[in-house]
Amino acid sequence: MKLSRAEYKEIVKCTEHLRPTRQCMTILRQRFPNHSQSTLLSIFSLEYQKRTKRTMSRHQAPDSIESYYQRYLNEAKARPSVPVLLELANEVDLSPALMARVIVDRFLQDQEGGVSSKQVLNNMLREPSLIPDQALANHVYQCTINDCCYGPLVDCIKHAIGQEAEVLLRDKLKERNLSFLDENQLRTKGYDKTPDIILEVPIAVEGHIVHWIESKASFGDDHSHRTYLNEQFWSYWNRFGPGLVIYWHGFIGELDSQRDRGILLKDCFPSDIVTLCHGTSPATTDSLTG
Amino acid sequence: LEMFSYILPTVIPLKIERQEFVPFLLNFLREQSCSTLTHGPATPAKTPSHPRVSQPSQQGPGFSSEHRGGCRSTGPGTGPRSASRVQLFSSTPSLSPGAEWDTSQPPSGSHCLGGISALSSPSFSSARSPAPASTSRHTPSERRSTQRHHHRRSEGGGRKGRGGGANKMGDPAVSPPMAQMTTLVQLNLTNLEDFPPMGVSLHTKPSRRINPTPVSAERPHSRPKTCFTSTPFSTRPSSPPPVPEAVTGAIEGSITGTLNMGSPPLSLQEERELLKRVKCKRAQQVGSPLPTSLDPCTPTKPGLRTVSGSKMTPVTLGSCPDPSKVTLTSELDLLADLYCTCISENLVPNVFLELFFVLQLLTSRTPAVTEEEDKDLNVLERGYLSKVHNCVYFSVRVLENQFELVSHLDKDTLRLLAENERVTCFSPSLRNRLTLAQDPSTAKVSPSVDTFIHSVPFQPATDNRSNFSSDKAFHTFKKQRDIFYEVLREWEDFHKEPRWEFEAELGNRVRGMVSQLNSTGNHSHFARLFLKQLVQMCKGPRALGSPGDTPDADLLGMLGADSLGRLKRLEERLIQPQGILGPCPPPAFPGHQEFFRDFLKTASCCQLNQHLKDSLCQQLLQLDEVSVLAPVVSSTEGEGDMEQQDEKQRFSSVLLLARLLAKFLGYISFLPYQTSERPSREIQEATANLRSKVLYMSVLDVCAVLRSCVRRRRTILTVPWLVEFLSMLDFTGPFLLCYRTVLGLLLSLYRCVLLSLSFSFFREVCYLNQLLMVAVLGWLFQIPVIPEELFFTTDFAVAVELEESQTNVQGLDCLPLVDQQLLYTCCPFLGEFRKLLAAFVAGSSARGGGLIRKITPTSAELRGTPTTTRSQQKRQVDLEQAFFHNQPPSLRRTVEFVAERVGSNCVKHMKVTLVCELVRGGERLLREGLISPGANPLILNDSICAQLCDGGQEALERATRYTWFRLCSLLTMLNMRCLSRQVLTTSENITKRLATEKAYSWLSSNITALVKREWKTKFDRVMKSLPSPEAVTSCPPDCPHSAPLPSDVLVEIKEVLSIAVGPRSEKEALTCLQLNALLGKVGDTLSCKKVPQAFVTLVLINMCFILLQ
Repeated sequence: MKLSRAEYKEIVKCTEHLRPTRQCMTILRQRFPNHSQSTLLSIFSLEYQKRTKRTMSRHQAPDSIESYYQRYLNEAKARPSVPVLLELANEVDLSPALMARVIVDRFLQDQEGGVSSKQVLNNMLREPSLIPDQALANHVYQCTINDCCYGPLVDCIKHAIGQEAEVLLRDKLKERNLSFLDENQLRTKGYDKTPDIILEVPIAVEGHIVHWIESKASFGDDHSHRTYLNEQFWSYWNRFGPGLVIYWHGFIGELDSQRDRGILLKDCFPSDIVTLCHGTSPATTDSLTG
Repeated sequence: LEMFSYILPTVIPLKIERQEFVPFLLNFLREQSCSTLTHGPATPAKTPSHPRVSQPSQQGPGFSSEHRGGCRSTGPGTGPRSASRVQLFSSTPSLSPGAEWDTSQPPSGSHCLGGISALSSPSFSSARSPAPASTSRHTPSERRSTQRHHHRRSEGGGRKGRGGGANKMGDPAVSPPMAQMTTLVQLNLTNLEDFPPMGVSLHTKPSRRINPTPVSAERPHSRPKTCFTSTPFSTRPSSPPPVPEAVTGAIEGSITGTLNMGSPPLSLQEERELLKRVKCKRAQQVGSPLPTSLDPCTPTKPGLRTVSGSKMTPVTLGSCPDPSKVTLTSELDLLADLYCTCISENLVPNVFLELFFVLQLLTSRTPAVTEEEDKDLNVLERGYLSKVHNCVYFSVRVLENQFELVSHLDKDTLRLLAENERVTCFSPSLRNRLTLAQDPSTAKVSPSVDTFIHSVPFQPATDNRSNFSSDKAFHTFKKQRDIFYEVLREWEDFHKEPRWEFEAELGNRVRGMVSQLNSTGNHSHFARLFLKQLVQMCKGPRALGSPGDTPDADLLGMLGADSLGRLKRLEERLIQPQGILGPCPPPAFPGHQEFFRDFLKTASCCQLNQHLKDSLCQQLLQLDEVSVLAPVVSSTEGEGDMEQQDEKQRFSSVLLLARLLAKFLGYISFLPYQTSERPSREIQEATANLRSKVLYMSVLDVCAVLRSCVRRRRTILTVPWLVEFLSMLDFTGPFLLCYRTVLGLLLSLYRCVLLSLSFSFFREVCYLNQLLMVAVLGWLFQIPVIPEELFFTTDFAVAVELEESQTNVQGLDCLPLVDQQLLYTCCPFLGEFRKLLAAFVAGSSARGGGLIRKITPTSAELRGTPTTTRSQQKRQVDLEQAFFHNQPPSLRRTVEFVAERVGSNCVKHMKVTLVCELVRGGERLLREGLISPGANPLILNDSICAQLCDGGQEALERATRYTWFRLCSLLTMLNMRCLSRQVLTTSENITKRLATEKAYSWLSSNITALVKREWKTKFDRVMKSLPSPEAVTSCPPDCPHSAPLPSDVLVEIKEVLSIAVGPRSEKEALTCLQLNALLGKVGDTLSCKKVPQAFVTLVLINMCFILLQ
């Protein structure tokens, strides 16, 4: 879904005071019923990540940690049936999953004088039943399950979405009978930068030549697009020529300004595709086996 | 022949060398017409025979004042004209650069170099002035005038000699161009104060070389030389203004002149007033002849001998020359003949410059003011070309005579010429010929869309990790590539903005990147990238045009191919009226070339430059060796044509590429010596001396290259790029032995390439080849760094050498390789003719021309391949060499190419078939092995790997089978005609052997490593997927792949869980039905393996588990 910058800003503004919870997402959905949930979530998630980046250091200061931990201990003892950790996170505006991590980390420091490894910590967040303290485990689970921006579950979902998008892209290409090399094949050949797809025979999309396609399962906002341009898209251009970026969850329409320069943005697989008519595609290695 | 004796009193008796005569003639013509032409095409002329009156506005004050002083000193007896004469002849032999050249001592020569300033008197000067020789006697009748003449000359000569000498040393302004001298009389008018130095930039004298202008001396490189060499009348070399402005500027001059002649000097104010009026008139003049109100311009003097009427219709006369009003016809005929001979014999330094001059004469607009003809005027002083009638007459004569040359110009130019009413009026037959000539002239090629500018593709073969010494180098280069393009993009975006400077905006980034190059030693990689990008962006003909000719790629993209033609025409129309630069623009870096030049200048990295030089040199010499087939005149015409076209295209692509590379090689090579100003003679001498010691280090042995191409008759390829290389010379360069020699050789070559040569074969087939040679060489001789003296003074001994060495080897020179498109691409300045003519029509017919053309370069192509049925197995290498020796080179190319491809495909084939099979087998073994309890994957791995490597040895045998099989079918398809069966068979066998050998050698050394690598990848993958090794690969047999996406299911479960875990609102409740449905989805999703989900699976299962709890 392509948004105008104005629409986008409105959404962003609306997210400013939200917490990354199920309830807040519901609010957002109701406020913008015409936008798809994935777009809204993606925008919110990106905004929330920016917010977190700004404030994280404050939450990670030793005295903050200590105070969170003590509050958790006190309240958990006082009101065992209440989701105290989740409430604490929302109160101080820290992502619940991150709050859970901070607390578990702190908790582990008290265990057996243990300097815990990151690995152990991650495992416990992913699988709260590993946490020795049953009450803490429940609170942690409550946090990670309710957080819609951070946490192992969210990571897993994002990962799944990314992969699904790539599979979808490949399906579409195969459907159109376009032969391509994927990232893994490219990496094996020693390419230093690898887009998701390189077309073996370039196509024209809406009149623009496309050599490569990059699939992005997120919303394309200014910040992420700029970063992607600098770190990926231009690098692809520099090596493979013009190409196409698909932001499956939409992007700010105004960002699609480099079309003539060789970077085309879409929010879905393009329908206007022109291929070589007498497609004498170069003999691939496969054809030699025949 | 009276004329001869008049004009050249001393020539005949003394057998003056042609190099003395020619410059004299050229100077003479320019001076003759200067009054008519001073302002370039659209300008009204000044008063006739009061030459250069207008100069003041164009000259620096110091300059003219000096002259005036000098002239005055000649005493009352000397009239203005005589003064000018004096100038013409003034140069003294001792000053003649020619002499210096002859001595071949760079130091002494260098003092003449003065650059443009040197041109001044001398350039033409190099031809010694006839004056000194004039001591000889003339016919009695002539004697008097001659003597008088003579007298003046010697006076002037002496003065000038002194002055000139001084000039050369330092102050160029001192050396008065002849034009200046002539203005002596008009001093009052031309008062410096009235016309301040700004004029400097406007300098426009016709006879450049002869009359060195101080102006040019001041900025030798920044503009075309304004000396004789450059457009004879180019109005404002520096920044050609739109025509109308030029006109007004010109008018200023002409008015002053006019005024002068008629009435006593007007006050400055009056003059200004006049000027305004004239400007207005001029502005209106476009459509219609000037109203007669231009009174002040009308000749005031009655004495127009023949053309008494002319004074009555002053203005219109300018645009309506009348054949019946031509005076001095026989003399003009003589002059024209003489002039044409010089042109035909390549005795002029630049044929096209002369042609341009002729067209300027044709298009001159004089208010037809004629001074009264004074019968006692010396022959040389008569105004042969002082009237527009005469100018046009002369011009048409020359055009008729040089019709062949003219007819090879582009279609638009021919059309404009044919439509020119003056041509029609003076010579209907010429008009008809021109009309006819348009047809054969290459059809106008509509500009085609530039292919999108691509980056240099990443090629694993040269760019992947294995090509770098370390990971660090590899990753650094990755960044460097990106920075390079970032800089390039930024340049594209901003460089045209007003105050944007490369150095300021990009300097630090460029240098930062270059310093990283230094630390990782990636120079060769970067040099390759740089050159490839350069070639990609600048090779095309469009890229060679002036920057204005290159529409934004962006714009083109937006418009699409259809509207492109229109856009192009529109753009041309807009650009058109602008400056006519004349046919000798200085070397430039148009379009993207500018970026690459600025990049190098800013990077200023000697290591990088060295790598670039190495690479450029190698590529150039390789290109120089490219063989181009003689287009076969085959029985089937169509096919022959196509082949011919192919070869032509190949040639032009090679030529354009070589020129580009050579220019950059030249740029880099001479960069260390470039100075913005011409160094003083002392410095130049010292530098030349110093550098002559290390000449063996010269990048390119230019002399050898040139000699070799002459010997092998490949000048048509080599000379154009050599010219590009030499055009980058620094000021001292031409005085170094090797460059001096090569320039001399080129000059001799130029003299040899006579367009008029009537070898019928040569003429028919290769006229355009020769035209190209003449054009590029003529251009080279006119650019600022090449000393002007060169042309008239270099001794001709070398010529003999060249001619002798010409054997009958069949070379490129006698193949019809150049077409008009290529000619105009290489010499965009030929478009100036069209512009000039179009400007004459003052916009009405200034239509876009087809000068910008696109040649689609083609890379080397297979030109057929041997077909055979049978084979012989092995041949010894030397037998092979012998075999190829007498075969056309294309055969070898083809064989090598095919063998290379088949060999390399064979290797790939082995990878895909054999290695894949092996690895699959290995995977089976591995999985089987892993099932057995207590299996150790590592041990399994080793043993399987060993088995596979053994299996890999089979590759060699299979490769042999493969190549043979492949070649049989392949070679049957490629049909190479006109080869005997034996030759075909042999070729085929060689191909097979080469292919097999190639595959074999690669496989034998690499197959094991390859198998190991592939196996390792597979092994890792298998081990990774172990938890559910089968799951990844298969769906249930009838799976419709319609299961919900894992991410959706995950989101749903997460939602449900978070409700379950709380906190939740009262409305949020979960039913068993919901849960069942969800679990069903999970089941579907897990069973469909279309989306890889190892990780997801674990999470899902985990979550369901919790859910169920």
